[in-house]
Parts: sequence; C-alpha cells; structure tokens
Amino acid sequence: MSSAIDIAASVQSGERSALEVVEEHLGAIAERESEVHAFNLVTTDHAIAAASAVDELVAKGGPLGPLAGVPVAIKDNLCTRGVATTCSSKILEGWVPPYDATVVTRLAAAGAIMVGKTNMDEFAMGSSTENSAFGPTRNPHDLSRVPGGSSGGSAAAVAAGFAPISLGSDTGGSIRQPAALCGVVGVKPTYGTVSRLGLIAFGSSLDQVGPFANSVAEAALVCEVIGGHDPGDSTSLPQAFPAVSEHLSDGVAGMRIGLITEMMGEGIAPDVAKRIRAAAEWLAAAGAEVEEVSVPAVTFGLSAYYLVAPAEASSNLSRYDGVRYGLRVEAPTTGEMMELTRTAGFGDEVKRRIMLGTYALSAGYYDAFYGTALKVRTLIRRDFDKAYERFDALLSPTSPTTAFSFGDKTADPMSMYLNDVCTIATNLAGHPAMSVPYGLGDDGMPVGAQVLAPALGEVAMFRVAAVLEGSLA
Amino acid sequence: MSIDLSVWEIVIGLEVHTELATRTKLFCSAPNEFGGEPNTNIDPLTLGLPGSLPVLNEQAVELAIRVGLALNCKIDRSVFSRKNYFYPDQPTNYQISQFDLPINGEGWLELPSGKVIGIERAHLEEDTGKSTHVGGGGRIHDATYSLVDYNRAGVPLLEIVGRPDLRSGDEARAYVSELRAILVAVGASDGKMEEGSLRVDCNVSVRKHGDEELGTRCEIKNINSLRSLVRAVDYEAERQIDMILAGERIEQQTRHWNEDEGRTLKLRSKEQADDYRYFPEPDLVGLAPSQEWIDRVREALPLLPAARRHRLCERSGADTAQAALIVERGLDDLCLAALDCGADPSRTVTHAEHNLSDPKALELDPEMFAKLTKMDADGDLSSTQTKTVLAELVQLGGDPGEIAEAHGFKAMDSGELDAVVDQLIAENPEQWQRFCEGDPKISGFFVGKVMKATQGQADGKVVAGLLADRVPNAAKE
Repeated sequence: MSSAIDIAASVQSGERSALEVVEEHLGAIAERESEVHAFNLVTTDHAIAAASAVDELVAKGGPLGPLAGVPVAIKDNLCTRGVATTCSSKILEGWVPPYDATVVTRLAAAGAIMVGKTNMDEFAMGSSTENSAFGPTRNPHDLSRVPGGSSGGSAAAVAAGFAPISLGSDTGGSIRQPAALCGVVGVKPTYGTVSRLGLIAFGSSLDQVGPFANSVAEAALVCEVIGGHDPGDSTSLPQAFPAVSEHLSDGVAGMRIGLITEMMGEGIAPDVAKRIRAAAEWLAAAGAEVEEVSVPAVTFGLSAYYLVAPAEASSNLSRYDGVRYGLRVEAPTTGEMMELTRTAGFGDEVKRRIMLGTYALSAGYYDAFYGTALKVRTLIRRDFDKAYERFDALLSPTSPTTAFSFGDKTADPMSMYLNDVCTIATNLAGHPAMSVPYGLGDDGMPVGAQVLAPALGEVAMFRVAAVLEGSLA
Repeated sequence: MSIDLSVWEIVIGLEVHTELATRTKLFCSAPNEFGGEPNTNIDPLTLGLPGSLPVLNEQAVELAIRVGLALNCKIDRSVFSRKNYFYPDQPTNYQISQFDLPINGEGWLELPSGKVIGIERAHLEEDTGKSTHVGGGGRIHDATYSLVDYNRAGVPLLEIVGRPDLRSGDEARAYVSELRAILVAVGASDGKMEEGSLRVDCNVSVRKHGDEELGTRCEIKNINSLRSLVRAVDYEAERQIDMILAGERIEQQTRHWNEDEGRTLKLRSKEQADDYRYFPEPDLVGLAPSQEWIDRVREALPLLPAARRHRLCERSGADTAQAALIVERGLDDLCLAALDCGADPSRTVTHAEHNLSDPKALELDPEMFAKLTKMDADGDLSSTQTKTVLAELVQLGGDPGEIAEAHGFKAMDSGELDAVVDQLIAENPEQWQRFCEGDPKISGFFVGKVMKATQGQADGKVVAGLLADRVPNAAKE
C-alpha cells in the first residue's frame, strides 16, 4: 500500500483516481476486516461519493488539498455528520450526529476520504479495545493479541493497510500505546493545538485528538491539517500547529535528549527496555547528547490520572440519560428510566470510572482526591519543566510490554491501568508525545519508543522521531 | 398581621436571578428569545449533544460587568464550575455556573429610603429548560408523561445574592424594585417578573430583637410578583414565630409560595446539604476582564436610579418618596427639563407624582409642561381645570394657554367667589354651624356646592381658604 503522501501526489497529478485508491482500500478491508474488526462501521457509500467528488475536482483542475484522495479511518468518538457515532457504547448505538467534528471537517477540506468509524474501548476507557460493546479489535500482527487501546481500531486499521492514516484520541495514552502495540506511528499533540469540538468527551482537560500513520512524515502532515486554532473550542490555543513537516530532515545533531529513569526500571519488560536503550544509542550516534534524567513526579501520574479523568468523565457522561438521544429503557418514572438506561447502556469499566469519579468529587472528599490530584498535575508539570531546562526532548518506552493476549488483564483493572504508566504523565502536563516503532520484542511483536517534548515542542519531537524511524530503514 | 414587631425581628435575604438581555445564549449562538415554538431556539450545545463545547458569550460578560459596577461590586477574575445533578430539563445533567470565584464580588445597593443593603456576589450561570408534566396533578410524581422545552436552556442568568440585611416585606419589595430599576437602567434585563426574566428566591428567618445569632431560615420559591413577595414574607414570618411560640423547632426547608392559598408549603428539607460535586469546568478557561474593558464599561454606564433621585431632590425639593416614584416612572428627566424652562418646582413634582401615570406623559414637551405649572401656581387655573388641561396636553400635545382658552377656563375673580361662599353659608346655617365646630366631613359639602355653583371654575384650595376665613375667631379656639 502507498503512503498518504504518495497517494495525494498521484491523485493530484492525475496518475491515479481517488476512486481507484478508495476501492483498493475497501478491497483490503473486505479481505481482512472480519478477522481484525477495526471498524464499527465501514462507510463504503460515503467513501465512494467523496472519492468521486475529489475526482471531479481533479478534472476541473482543482484546487486540491494536501490529502486529496487519501483514505482515512476515524475513531468512533469523533462526530461525523449523518454517520452513526457510538463511542463503542450501547448507550449511543444508532445516534447520528448532526455535525462534523472540526478535525473531520479539516480532513475533508484537505481532500481526505473517510472509509469508516473505528472500534475503541467504550468511551475511550481502556488499553486493549476489549471494553468495546461491539467486540474487540484484533492486532493485525497477531490476531490472538490485543491492538492496545483505547484507539485500537484506528491503530489496527493503519497496521492492516485499511487506510494509510487514521485519527484517534489520547487521554492517557490512547493513541501512543496502540500505536506501539500495532507497530505504527501515533501522535498526542500539545493540549490545545488540535480542536476538541466534536470529540465526544472523556476527560476534557486531558483529551487530545491525533493521528496514526505508517511514517513520521505522514503523521506530521495530518497534524498540520487538523491542528491550529478553532474558535469553537475555548481551550484551543491561538496559533497554527507548529510547522513540523519542514524540519523532518533536520537531524538531531547537537540536540540534548534525556532518557527518563523512572520509565526504564521496574515494571518495564527487559526486551522493551533493551530496544529503548538501543534507540538512545542510535540518537547519540546521530549526534545528540543523550543522558538519563529523573522526572520524579511522573511516578504519581497514574494515581492523579485515575482521579482527574474519572472525575471529569463522571460529569461528561451524565448527559447519557435516555431523555434526548441514544438508548432509552422505558420505566414508570423519569428517575427509574434514567437509572435503567444507564445500567443497561454502560459497560463495567465505564461504570467503574463513573463511580470512582463521583466519589472523588463528593463533598468532604474533593480536597483529598480531586484537589490533591490537581496539585500533583502541577508537580508533574514542574518536574518536566525542570527536565526541559536541560533537554530538548525526552525518551522512554511507550508501553511497558509488547501486545498482550486477550483476557490477560481484563480480570484485574489495576494491571490494565499500569499499561499506561509511561504515557499518562504527558496528558497531565498537557505536553506532546509520540510513539515511533523501534523494532521488535522477544516475542516478535512491535516495540514503540516514546518521544516527549515540552508544550508546543512538536518540532523537536518530530525531529527525534524522524531520526529514530531512519535507523530502521 | 399578628406579629409583635417590638419583640420580633424578621430577617430577609434575597437571591434574584435575572435573565440577561443578550442576543444569543451564554455558551452558544442559539437565539435568546422568550416564547417561540418549543425546541426551536436550540443547537447541539443547547441539547447537550455529545461533542458539543461551550464558548462564552462576550455580551453576557459585559452585561454582568455593567450590573456589577452598578451594584458597586468588586469585579474579579472568575472561574466557571459544573454543578452536577440529574434533571431532564438540564440537558447535560450539569449546570455551568460560577462557584467559588464569581465575576462580581462584594457590593451594595442603596434603597430609596437611604438604607444600604449588602450584595454578597452576582455571578453568571446558564438557565435550564422547562418541563411540563402532563396528566395527573401536573406535578412530576403523578404525571402520565413529561415534555421538555429546551428553548430557555442555556440562556444567560445573573444570580444576585443579597445579604440578609432586609427587615420587612416592604423593604424586600423596595429592594427588588430598586434592583429591577438598576437592571433595566443598565440594559441588562427587561425586568419582567411575569415572563420569568426576574426570579426571586426569598430566605426568611426570625429572631428576637437583640439576638446576635440568626434564626434558622427557610427559602421560599415561586414568587412571581412584588405583591406575592410581601405576602410570602409576612406569612412565613408569622408561621415561624407561631412555631417558636409553640415551642417547636424551625427546620431548614425550601418552601413553595402558593399564591391562591396565600401560604407557603414545604417542598423539601434542606437539613442535609445537596452534594452538587462542583468542580472547575474543564471546557472553559478562566475569565479575567481587563481593567481597560472594565473602565470602558464604567464610562458608558447610564445615570442610575439612586443618582437620579438625589439629583431630583436637589433640584426640585421633592421628598424621597416623591423622587422614588417619579424616577421609577422615568419622569425625572422631564421634570428637570421643565425646571430648566422655569417651571414651578413644587407644582412640577406634585403633577409628576399624581397626574402623570399615563406612559404618554414621557413624551410631554417640557416647555409646555413648565408653562402649565406656572399657570397653576399663579392661580390662573383652578386645580380641576389644571388637571383637565394637563390630561389633554399629555394625550394631544399643544399649548396649555390655548387649551385653557378653548375650554373657556379662567380662574374666578375672588370677589365673585366671595359672594358665592357667603350666599351658601346663609342658605345652609346648620351645616355652617358644624363646619365652625370643626366637623371635618362637612368641608367637602361646601367645596362641592361652590364647585357646582361655579361649574368647576373655582379653585378648591382657594374655596377652603375663604371658608376658613369666615369661621368666627371664638370657634377656632
């Protein structure tokens, strides 16, 4: 399969039609989707109509966007006008949004063509896509293993060649961890650089939309297309997305890169740690100054995250009550109707987090839980800031292990939560981070290297990622 | 009312919600309009659709600042929070409000009486939709089904929380009137209680004079007019005093004012505080109006009712009650303009107070109004004649001199009037005797007779004077 950049170039030059490209990808989906289950919905008719529209534009001589004719898979928590959007939850089954998320609008304006809505952990809560109400997604590299999560469908869609690029959302690692487990590139941009309008909220102060792709360059291009100020999102930053594409071949000579001590020891599988040390050595060989650095507060990340994210989620998800849209279980009174609807509509993990968050916000507990978690966020940001006084970017594993098998961690929520131990601190700090494939573990499954940078430090982050990617070429 | 106010003190604090007169809602571009077909002034945010996000309405903030400045509040950096509770007319099941950091902090308001009432805060929040319960008794418990109209959901509200500084129903009424006048003056609200633009929740407690501690309060909801406010306060105070006298404990409650029955009824106990799980709204950033913005708003503020009253008193000699009424009717500018044209100050105030309740009076030509007050003061017209001319002046405009002439009005020569009075005294000796003995009821008898005899051309006050002059000195002592 060709890259998004090659596809756009060939469609723009008239070498290939968008329809040909889309049909090729729909063919790949038809071949393997039944075993991978990357999608909740394949939008065949929509894709063919959109491809024809791009081809008409080509015939008229443009103007054509930078992603003209490029198929894209969209995580099912991004609103798509006229196309069912479920968050992989029974409570939203059959709901059709009357509007597009800003990122969806921007992709379409750039000429990209949506081929489907991808499977995910229900409401983005999970790290394996096993929490989907519509069945799990399988890792295209080994169907007995999970693709990671929560954006497992989007990661698998790119890894399986169903689309060269896809969109996911990352609240505590939901783009980077599945990218690592599926062997693709995944980016969590700086909080506020990509609009959240039309992204169905999980933890509003942590959620950020970002791309999956097979290469750093494709991921960079998608970031530039979807990023930049959106007046419809009050937390959107005023500037354009950092111009990352033009710096991809700058190299890392003279850059200072820190290997995070706290993310290289206990809990990290030796084969994963070995690959990350190899990545550090490669960067040093490419001219970077690489050193270990301690970021002590990141060890509190998991605890703080599991207060902040559920607290916000408990409020964000209160709107699913059967009154206005989605599932309704009829009952004699409004109160009972709401209760039965929510009981039937939400899965166990979602209920667990709603309860956790409700408790954390309750009178008498707020200061001890939510209040303290907010202070820990400040601490984490401060410790990162201190590290970034000495380093341009940081390096760590993305996930402590390679892809695990189905059912391995579902019995013990805590072991599942620990999967995000390397990714969570970034969201609490609001910083960018991305996962780049860096070889294979002892089991032959992909390992992801995580590159972290300070807020709006995407240029440095992408330079490092491009060099890591180059070592595998 | 049977409350012994020499023993008991009523303590009242009001929470007033006002809908701000913005073009669109607080966090989206759906129109802010009263009425309309159900569920027409809506958009994704109003319905709480997944993925929708709030964006703060700048006009609402500006109106909030205007009110804050008018209430002498400290305007500060503020933060929006979510107040979480499940109810079908709240589309997201949380209300975006301001909790620990309101836009307007401590302030105060001066009543026409001169008493100053503290303002605790005045914060921004969004309104809810409206539920209609169909079937049963129209209440949610026994309804067959409920309908929800989200047109009002998301309309900007300013909640103005007053200190418990009010001490009677009448004072509470004066406070709401004054607040409403301020809200209307600064263009923040149309102040219509009947359309729900202004909603009053009333906290009432009682204690004995001299007590330091406040009594347990009850909050009264569903007060739809100023008259209801006074009645509800009086009823509730009496209820609480009766309970205390009977040795019962007052329970902290939310109570519902029933207008038809004229009493308050328990809605729910407030002994256990509701847990709304407030936390900072993560979809919005902090609000910090710049000093330049605040200064610009301050400079553009119109003259407020209290300042208008002071100005009118100074210029015309009106007393505080007169000034309050005239300013409330919006007639103070007319009065001042008339004074500039040489109007008689006392007659100007009297007419504005008693004879200009018609809204058309606002269009009176100040010069012509001034001329009329002079004719009145100079005795060119009787008081009845003055009223007739003024009424016509209000309805049709014109020149009071010409109107009086057209009616054939001219004040009677005092010689003619003397003769009429003397004749009537002669014809009614019995009544005259009673008049001389000081029977107050009989005065009207003579004035009426004179008016009839002169076909209304006599001035009542002049007649009263002539009658008084004729009472023998011995009778006066």
